[in-house]
Amino acid sequence: MDIARVISKRSFLLGLLGLILVLLATLPLYAKGYTPILMTSLIMYAILSVSWTLFSGPTGYISLAPAAFFGVGIYAAAILGKSVPLPVFIVAGGLASFIVALLVGALTLRLKGIYFAIFTFGLVMLIMQLLVFWELHISGIRGRFVIVIDYNTIYYAMLIIFVVLMLTVYFIKRSKFGLALQSIGENEEAAAHTGINVTMVKVITFAISAFFMGAAGAAIATRWTYIDPYIAFNVNVSFLPVLMAIFGGLGQLYGPVIGAAIFAYLQEVLTTKFSELYMLIFGVVLVAAILYLPNGLVGLIPKLWKRSSGGQHAST
Amino acid sequence: MTITTILDVVIGGLLMGGIYALIAMGLSLQYGVARVLNIAHGEFITLGAFSTWVLYTAFGINPLISLVIVGPLIFIIGFLLHRTLFRSLLKSAPSLAAFEGSSLLATFGLLYIIQNIALIIWSSASQAYSYLASPVNLWGAIFAANRLVTLGFAVGIGLAFYIFLARTRLGKAIRAAAQDPTAAGLMGVNINQVLALCFGLGALMAGFAGVLYSMCFSIQATMGLQYTLIAIIVVVLGGLGSIPGSFLGGFILGIIGSVVTYIEPSLSLAAFYSIFILLLLVRPTGIMGK
Amino acid sequence: MPVLEGEGVTKYFGGLAAVSQVDFHVDQGEVVGLIGPNGAGKTTLFNLISGALVPKSGVIRFKGEKISGLKPYQICRKGVARTFQSVKVFGNMPVLENVLLGSLFGTPTGMSSVNAAKEARGLLEFVELSALRATPAKDLTLANQKRLEVARALATKPELLLLDEVMAGLNPTEVAQAMELITRIRDKGITIFMIEHVMKAIMGVCDRIMVLHHGEKIAEGTPHEIATSKTVIEVYLGE
Repeated sequence: MDIARVISKRSFLLGLLGLILVLLATLPLYAKGYTPILMTSLIMYAILSVSWTLFSGPTGYISLAPAAFFGVGIYAAAILGKSVPLPVFIVAGGLASFIVALLVGALTLRLKGIYFAIFTFGLVMLIMQLLVFWELHISGIRGRFVIVIDYNTIYYAMLIIFVVLMLTVYFIKRSKFGLALQSIGENEEAAAHTGINVTMVKVITFAISAFFMGAAGAAIATRWTYIDPYIAFNVNVSFLPVLMAIFGGLGQLYGPVIGAAIFAYLQEVLTTKFSELYMLIFGVVLVAAILYLPNGLVGLIPKLWKRSSGGQHAST
Repeated sequence: MTITTILDVVIGGLLMGGIYALIAMGLSLQYGVARVLNIAHGEFITLGAFSTWVLYTAFGINPLISLVIVGPLIFIIGFLLHRTLFRSLLKSAPSLAAFEGSSLLATFGLLYIIQNIALIIWSSASQAYSYLASPVNLWGAIFAANRLVTLGFAVGIGLAFYIFLARTRLGKAIRAAAQDPTAAGLMGVNINQVLALCFGLGALMAGFAGVLYSMCFSIQATMGLQYTLIAIIVVVLGGLGSIPGSFLGGFILGIIGSVVTYIEPSLSLAAFYSIFILLLLVRPTGIMGK
Repeated sequence: MPVLEGEGVTKYFGGLAAVSQVDFHVDQGEVVGLIGPNGAGKTTLFNLISGALVPKSGVIRFKGEKISGLKPYQICRKGVARTFQSVKVFGNMPVLENVLLGSLFGTPTGMSSVNAAKEARGLLEFVELSALRATPAKDLTLANQKRLEVARALATKPELLLLDEVMAGLNPTEVAQAMELITRIRDKGITIFMIEHVMKAIMGVCDRIMVLHHGEKIAEGTPHEIATSKTVIEVYLGE
């Protein structure tokens, strides 16, 4: 029973993380064919759900905007892809989303949570409609071709975005800013009266989360070769990360990652074999998760741990 | 710009407005009283529309009769949904804000479930039927009779509902519950029953809207979501928590939509949305909100 | 010289005047009490001072500078801190971090993290909560949560402290301890404006008392004057 003490929890976790990272980094070398493509999608969803959680988790404001920022990133890749290298248009996609989020956030984060949710919900369709209008009447070109990049490069790009995201989230949580963010989620009014500029913290966090969603969109666009407003702005991309994050659990950093992994994989399996049913299954899982797993899978772990150790260890 | 064109735009706007009004009143009931922002609201429109289509094309049942067949069925579905799913969420929620959030997400799930079922049963193909399509001449503008009938029924149902809320005992209980659930409970109102009732009534309104819509336009299994969004905009326009506000707001938005569509069809949603943003920033309580 | 003054402060909720044409002032170093029946508008007045609400008309000044219309965080950084009627601690965060937030964000000039932590620890000692510094705030007793709120407010280095019913729900021993804490805060040179229903505390600690009823100020004076004022007694007995 002293094994827990012998291997200090911290170094064990770090070692595990390092191993996973190495495995992921060398993936294209030992897993050919479809696996890097699958993993790219998986990591992409992990980016979306962790970014979503970064903002919506602590503040409690449900954002339905991921699809909007994702789409902005896609369009950035389409527009810039032929003239600048991959890293540049990925960052550009992220920055464009960052700016849109700053605007949207500054306008709407002063409102009650429910208005914010509604607003972000419609944002996707609004941007899509504006782009349709633009392409129809101003540019005259419908849709765009995206530069094609090989799968392995895309995989690495996505992986790097993910690692940067996780580092960012980690450092935010440990910083003054992260403390302020957490206090806003605990009690926004008290936080405001303790000297925290609540609106600014919310807007900046929202924009940071949007940056990564945009970057992910820009990276994945290169796989689709052709995009138009309907392809780029798909409401599902807003719903799925939320589902994944809630299912995985918002309490821990890795919760949304697990949720994303499970669902991205499930989506692959279901769209090939039961393509008519996957929406249904997702819907059922979401409802079940909200009813029975309010803290997500991650919330189950302390409970399981307590039960298996006979309740001798106090929960940390 | 001739009188005919103006009439066209106005009556066309009122027609859509009537449908918007019904949908919005339904959503207003669900959010205003039961505090559930039902993202799956539009799916009940889909159910109403397709049930009517099936009843008409397979059994020759008059769509107006379908109102009384389909309506109660959809009401029951909504009522049961609340009594099972949302009641359970309400019990386990630590605060009202938490309940609003979790119920919002639960309706996501419902959206996925219902839309998928609709797609399985009816596929993604567009469907339509012809009923009362004969033209009617109103001061030079020609309208299909079914559109005028739809408009009439929408207004009629809306007014009937308003009277129900204002004059009947049950209606007053609902309004009391919307104002202050605790006080209402203390005064003998069975709050849980009322909440489920309101949710069911909200679904009923969406069902009615679907039945009427199917008479005039073609329908698809994926049609619901855009109307949910419009309903939300109307509810905010009219004032959160105000049923008469939703009724009026529906017609106002219908006319605005009709005007914008006349000028530039691809911008109608953008126009609605801009109005929405403006409202939220300038007067979030809406036209008739508190 | 008044640290805080208000002229003609008015606030409506719907058609009802929650606060109506209230003039008030609090001088440097005073402990002023604010009393009145339930619904008199006391917390609303505090909300207007702290920036949670904006007055419909009238003006509020802090050290001569107009603060009505500013955001709560701005008013806090200028030197006005408050506690809340229903305790608003950051439940899932440890006690120390609750106070730390005040030191990090609420002071007129910034502070380094190291100094902020020192300040926070010092304040925990001042309110006698040091032993509980790692406990999540939601696990504290009500009396201790109130102390925590006070410590957090003090961490923002206020010149004026607004206490909203800090003694509500406390037993007699805890009330006495709270009165003693208030005296110690006053000895530090901080001006105090407090809403209270516990008469013993108000009479014992305040230099001056203001009475609100239906949103209007109906009396003002020393504890003795208020205790013997016919107007005030009628208002309370008529309840």
